[in-house]
Amino acid sequence: MNDPILEMRGVSKSFFGIKALRAVDLTVYAGEVHALMGENGAGKSTLMKILSGAYRPDPGGEIRIEGHPVRIEGPLGGRNAGISIIYQELSLAPNLSVAENIYLGREISHSGMLARGEMRDGVGPILKRLGADFLPSTLVAHLSMGQRQLVEIARALHARSKILIMDEPTTALSAGESARLFALIRQLRAEGLAIIYISHRMDEVYALGDRVTVLRDGRLVGSLDKPEIRADTIVRLMVGRDVSSFYKKDHDPDAGRGHPVLAAIDMADGHRVKGCSLTVHASEVVGLAGLIGAGRTELAHLIIGAAPKTSGRLELEGQPVEIRSPGEALEAGIAYLTEDRKALGLFLDMSCLDNINLAVLGRDAKLGWFLDRDKARARADRAFAGLSIRAANVGVPAGGLSGGNQQKLLLSRLLAIAPRVLILDEPTRGVDVGAKSEIYSIIDNLAKAGTAILVISSDLPEIIGICDRVVVMRAGRIAGEVTRGANSPLTQEDIMALATGMEHLDA
Amino acid sequence: MPDNGASQAQPAATTTTNGAAAETRRQRVRVLISALGMLPVLLILCIGFHFLSEGRFFTGQNLGIVLQQAAVNTVLAAGMTFVILTGGIDLSVGSILAASAMAGLTLSKLPELGMLWLPASLLTGLGFGIVNGALIALLRLPPFIVTLGSLTAVRGLARLLGADTTVFNPSIPYAFIGNGSLTLVPGVASIPWLSVIALLVILLSWLVLRRTVLGVHIYAVGGNESAARLAGIKVWAVLIFVYGISGLFAGLGGAMQAARLYAANGLQLGQSYELDAITAVILGGTSFVGGIGSIWGTLVGALIIAVLSNGLILVGVSDIWQYVIKGLVIIGAVALDRYRLQGSART
Repeated sequence: MNDPILEMRGVSKSFFGIKALRAVDLTVYAGEVHALMGENGAGKSTLMKILSGAYRPDPGGEIRIEGHPVRIEGPLGGRNAGISIIYQELSLAPNLSVAENIYLGREISHSGMLARGEMRDGVGPILKRLGADFLPSTLVAHLSMGQRQLVEIARALHARSKILIMDEPTTALSAGESARLFALIRQLRAEGLAIIYISHRMDEVYALGDRVTVLRDGRLVGSLDKPEIRADTIVRLMVGRDVSSFYKKDHDPDAGRGHPVLAAIDMADGHRVKGCSLTVHASEVVGLAGLIGAGRTELAHLIIGAAPKTSGRLELEGQPVEIRSPGEALEAGIAYLTEDRKALGLFLDMSCLDNINLAVLGRDAKLGWFLDRDKARARADRAFAGLSIRAANVGVPAGGLSGGNQQKLLLSRLLAIAPRVLILDEPTRGVDVGAKSEIYSIIDNLAKAGTAILVISSDLPEIIGICDRVVVMRAGRIAGEVTRGANSPLTQEDIMALATGMEHLDA
Repeated sequence: MPDNGASQAQPAATTTTNGAAAETRRQRVRVLISALGMLPVLLILCIGFHFLSEGRFFTGQNLGIVLQQAAVNTVLAAGMTFVILTGGIDLSVGSILAASAMAGLTLSKLPELGMLWLPASLLTGLGFGIVNGALIALLRLPPFIVTLGSLTAVRGLARLLGADTTVFNPSIPYAFIGNGSLTLVPGVASIPWLSVIALLVILLSWLVLRRTVLGVHIYAVGGNESAARLAGIKVWAVLIFVYGISGLFAGLGGAMQAARLYAANGLQLGQSYELDAITAVILGGTSFVGGIGSIWGTLVGALIIAVLSNGLILVGVSDIWQYVIKGLVIIGAVALDRYRLQGSART
């Protein structure tokens, strides 16, 4: 092959003493689609941010573009070096026109007056080349997600980028839009662009990838050429172990399953949740599955009193309880792990110690008011050791931790109240593989100890891997239940059939 | 490759430990720097004014004056720190101070109830503060709007209390807190009672913010209100508390002013005091969006303002230029603070 267009040698990056990227070597050639894979937290986004100039790499590494060493600094660093990134959340200004977005930051002006006409004419040929079906003067707000992506690509081409990085570009696209995007990517490859394609989806990598590089825990663990690209090889590289031992489920639901701990009866909020009932027993892990928007999180919010309910009641250990706020839920022993830990869970500027102890400060307080700092410290140390939370010390701000460690931090706050019922909303979202497996074993151990656990998850292999029973929601109602039997394992097909309403077609 | 993962783990773990130790040291330095905050600026100002004024700054008498001048603003700024830590703002403290002083002075002229003027001032302040807090916490109105409203409304009530005249009481009880001094070493060192009160307020605030459950909840509400609610914190109670404290401290400020002047005027007293209080908090490094800051920073901020006023007079700068210089120093100090904190910002 010809000379590489991008070479990274020994590039590392660390935050607060935690290595996010360890001596990564990456070589990309012009005219290839280079797929970059890895679990969340493997270092893909850190690598990307180094190439865009958002992060400065640790000293020692080297980045060469077309053979010349470069320093990529500042928000325009990547663009000046010929690298454009198309993020998952597109970075367009919806209130401006297509042409204005493409020229953003480099507007054409004559003695201070904006030359709108010239800008429109300037982007015309590029839009034509990309087969765009909208005008340079169209407002971005009026475009579909697929069209907006096209604008992003046009912006990259207009900046004469030689390397295009795409971060999960198909997440927001329809099937038709994705197919058009693939055709366009092939066209750009033929025109000699180097494309770094980040994706979780194996079928896309098969379809597009000329080479695949896999990252795990900040290390580059392997690069595969086209003939070697196989699903099992890639998964093994990503996970670093056999997938079968990944989900841990040692607790025996039938042995421990005694009495019902939490019973929610006919819960409704008059909007997203329309009369849902479910029961969770002691030592049982119940999955709550469903499509996005089915009302799972809303149901959890009703149970813990975070949202007002229009009907429904709760029973805890057979006794009726009235819960009007998350505080009352905690007092009753019902803990809820939010799906959005940054916005709704953690205090990013506060120390890990405070984050862990927050829910039990009042209970521990001396004279009802004063902090018991020894107790708090001991609890934080126990949580760090017990859940293997990795941070420099318990005093560092929670915002500096990786996703997996933040999740364990939040979990340890809930465990501090020794809950009888634990509701986990997407417990492993944005968490690296190692922490995922640790969280599974924490869930397993809690179930063994008698906790009733409800897991909301959109990750079907996860639900099947860790749950004893799965309740499926569809459009605000309980669509059905799938139980694990001696000879009938839980299957993705059964759950999806209930979640989408396809089960009637089978019958 | 996945098989030797276990053997690789050993050296990797040790490097992480070393890195963590170095990180802990760096963390400590960072904490120290951010704890010192504006203290170096304060010291430089003091030393600079000492030389510019040919040695008239560091005299026992002048330092006493500075501490006395800083006292009322320190008390107001302490209350403001509570509010700003939750991400709010209290624009009404100057007006509440005036109303509390008026209420106190009016009561002090009644022969039977005169001794009760001090608690009356405090309760007046607390009452207005709780009204602010209730409007913000229960009706969920924006703090800026609510306290902007009470800035005007309470000012009107202050004028109403004295029938829009100045109320005098040359024989007001407890007058010593306004003009007396606590003797530390007879004939050598003494400290004005106003400053003693201000220091006690700072100590009390520190105790509440750093050593009580309520304190952590205040930081939590400022850091992430939604998360605080989900964590079972009664956000409304925290908000009512901080505005109540701000009102209470404004009431205390009113009492201090009344005792110092033996008089109060509903129209003039405490005009634009809220701006000095906010300035002290910002100079002290407390984040305007809430969640970050310390009461010691606020003390330093209040002292910087007092030293500036005092020093510029000592040096003989005209009243008009004092305004210009003070404004520029505030902007410069905060710019310096930004620059200083850049290294520790999260990436």
